[in-house]
Amino acid sequence: MDPLRRSPSPCLSLRPSSPSTPPCEMLGPVGIEAVLDQLKIKAMKMGFEFNIMVVGQSGLGKSTMVNTLFKSKVWKSDPPGLGVPTPQTLQLHSLTHVIEEKGVKLKLTVTDTPGFGDQINNDNCWDPILGYINEQYEQYLQQEILITRQRHIPDTRVHCCVYFVPPTGHCLRPLDIEFLQRLCRTVNVVPVIARADSLTMEEREAFRRRIQQNLRTHCIDVYPQMCFDEDINDKILNSKLRDRIPFAVVGADQEHVVNGRCVLGRKTKWGIIEVENMAHCEFPLLRDLLIRSHLQDLKDITHNVHYENYRIIRLNESHLLPRGPGWVNLAPASPGQLTTPRTFKVCRGAHDDSDDEF
Amino acid sequence: MTATNLATLGEGCRTVPLAGHVGFDSLPDQLVNKSVSQGFCFNILCVGETGLGKSTLMDTLFNTKFEGEPATHTQPGVQLQSNTYDLQESNVRLKLTIVSTVGFGDQINKEDSYKPIVEFIDAQFEAYLQEELKIRRVLHTYHDSRIHVCLYFIAPTGHSLKSLDLVTMKKLDSKVNIIPIIAKADAISKSELTKFKIKITSELVSNGVQIYQFPTDDESVAEINGTMNAHLPFAVIGSTEELKIGNKMMRARQYPWGTVQVENEAHCDFVKLREMLIRVNMEDLREQTHTRHYELYRRCKLEEMGFKDTDPDSKPFSLQETYEAKRNEFLGELQKKEEEMRQMFVQRVKEKEAELKEAEKELHEKFDRLKKLHQDEKKKLEDKKKSLDDEVNAFKQRKTAAELLQSQGSQAGGSQTLKRDKEKKK
Repeated sequence: MDPLRRSPSPCLSLRPSSPSTPPCEMLGPVGIEAVLDQLKIKAMKMGFEFNIMVVGQSGLGKSTMVNTLFKSKVWKSDPPGLGVPTPQTLQLHSLTHVIEEKGVKLKLTVTDTPGFGDQINNDNCWDPILGYINEQYEQYLQQEILITRQRHIPDTRVHCCVYFVPPTGHCLRPLDIEFLQRLCRTVNVVPVIARADSLTMEEREAFRRRIQQNLRTHCIDVYPQMCFDEDINDKILNSKLRDRIPFAVVGADQEHVVNGRCVLGRKTKWGIIEVENMAHCEFPLLRDLLIRSHLQDLKDITHNVHYENYRIIRLNESHLLPRGPGWVNLAPASPGQLTTPRTFKVCRGAHDDSDDEF
Repeated sequence: MTATNLATLGEGCRTVPLAGHVGFDSLPDQLVNKSVSQGFCFNILCVGETGLGKSTLMDTLFNTKFEGEPATHTQPGVQLQSNTYDLQESNVRLKLTIVSTVGFGDQINKEDSYKPIVEFIDAQFEAYLQEELKIRRVLHTYHDSRIHVCLYFIAPTGHSLKSLDLVTMKKLDSKVNIIPIIAKADAISKSELTKFKIKITSELVSNGVQIYQFPTDDESVAEINGTMNAHLPFAVIGSTEELKIGNKMMRARQYPWGTVQVENEAHCDFVKLREMLIRVNMEDLREQTHTRHYELYRRCKLEEMGFKDTDPDSKPFSLQETYEAKRNEFLGELQKKEEEMRQMFVQRVKEKEAELKEAEKELHEKFDRLKKLHQDEKKKLEDKKKSLDDEVNAFKQRKTAAELLQSQGSQAGGSQTLKRDKEKKK
């Protein structure tokens, strides 16, 4: 079996494992549920962080999508016009903004990848991206193992990677498959069909089914991963989502007037495509997944699963690496070494700790 | 702390205005839902002399009856008893651990009374640190057993703190959040109580004991926390009996001269304690334990083990390199020890061999000696036997000779006797 075909760490229950303790009946209100309010106050004070990466070939509407998602001009730059040459190598641009809504502050970092898949020879075009992701993990790890640590370690790890699939209507291309296979092990990947306004409804459905088939064949486990479903409610909710992934989305940041209402949409000669209309495209589903319901979950899985996996590799490999100041900085050219597939489990009961303690 | 958070959040990046409703205002709710599904845990340590009402107060605070029997006064040393309970209120699950000191203050010599407590707290930190340093770790499902708050029960003497109290609190204040409580406060009158509280606070301040201050930096709780800070230490009464007062059932203690109601703020500060401990500051207590006390412990422990953040050339050291170095050092030491032991073993074997050889030689000598002795004896005996035989032979010869003579003589004598007889007859 191809060693690359490996899904991210299997079954992990995120519920605390506690020794069986006797339940106690309380005879009256004590006030324990006030701790929820305390948590909320604390969270609002601290603010939230979210890091999203958009990957896809140029011209698929990545920047527009980000602007539409967060309803603001996150990307100031205009899309490259005819005069601007496409970048020769893959570069990564990161922009950080603070957005606030009803007292909730969110520090949003968007990483764009212009030049992805644009060259004639696209061998190893995923290496810089994987390198960037691993570098964020590395920075966090370095902060975590300091003796005098900061109270709140700034979290620059990529929580979600949105992969834009061009709307060919056929199936996933080899480039897509290679990239998704490598990435789904390191980060939460959400594939979307970009520029879906060029496909009719039937074509969309067929395309979606074929993509799902492709993902299954190549054992690519995209978010929401089945093995992290905790209880029956999660399973039901996530199954519905999994059925619709990849979402067919359209991005737009211009407003038009439709039936007296102001909506975001793309105006064409044959009609206006409303972005937030479920009948037209599935942008609301994407927005709900990313922001309204699963944002915390994305962060948790990144922290508890992907980061831990990285940490295990990092700490285990250091035994083999020669001692020296060189390895402290992770060179972006050598992430391949860290993405060689290994079978490790971040599983509740499977520890072999006897040789891990020092 | 909060001001810096907001500042770092906004540092270096611009704030972008939103053109519509995005929807991430549900983030705090998402976070809360996650926490609810995971459950909370809270660990309380009750330190106080036997008989001050620690178990009763816990029962009263959480409105339930925890199992347990009252401790005796005859414990040889201070021990800590830990019990964990699962409480649930609406959809919030709380794993509550109550640790109680048994036998505190009962010994004649109380110099070491604080040691088991400090060791217990350190052991919990150590367990968490070990889990955090593991390579394969499961921190999010780890049952956090670190003590979040220590309720220190002060005996209601009305005068001042005992020296045992001062010493213990001084040892604990850098390791855990301490909330001092005056126990069995129905033994003190109101005026005495005020004086007692002032005396206690001044003693704590003059001895430099840092008790837990309720946080006043967040506007929503600053006011209430500020007023509560002034009421420390709380004078509490615990009771699990319910009595009918007026037309309601209330928890109270009945005396011939009146009834003390637990939840009446004019009678005691129980309600204040419950408010502060559970309803307002539980999360802050947990956070202080994790970010202040645990970090301090971790820093000391790691420095003790020889890890550093930067070396003199201000090139950041890595924990891993020091791990490697320590590991090699350790292995080297192990090898050396092994060598030593092997050499010692070989030497011992040689010694034993030499001893055994000596013994063998001795035995041989002894054997030879004995053999010689034996032969000498034998020879002597043979000589004797020979002489004896000679004597016997000689005797026999003489005997036969004598017999011969006798027989000749008797013949002759016989004939002679015949002759004599004949002569006689004649």
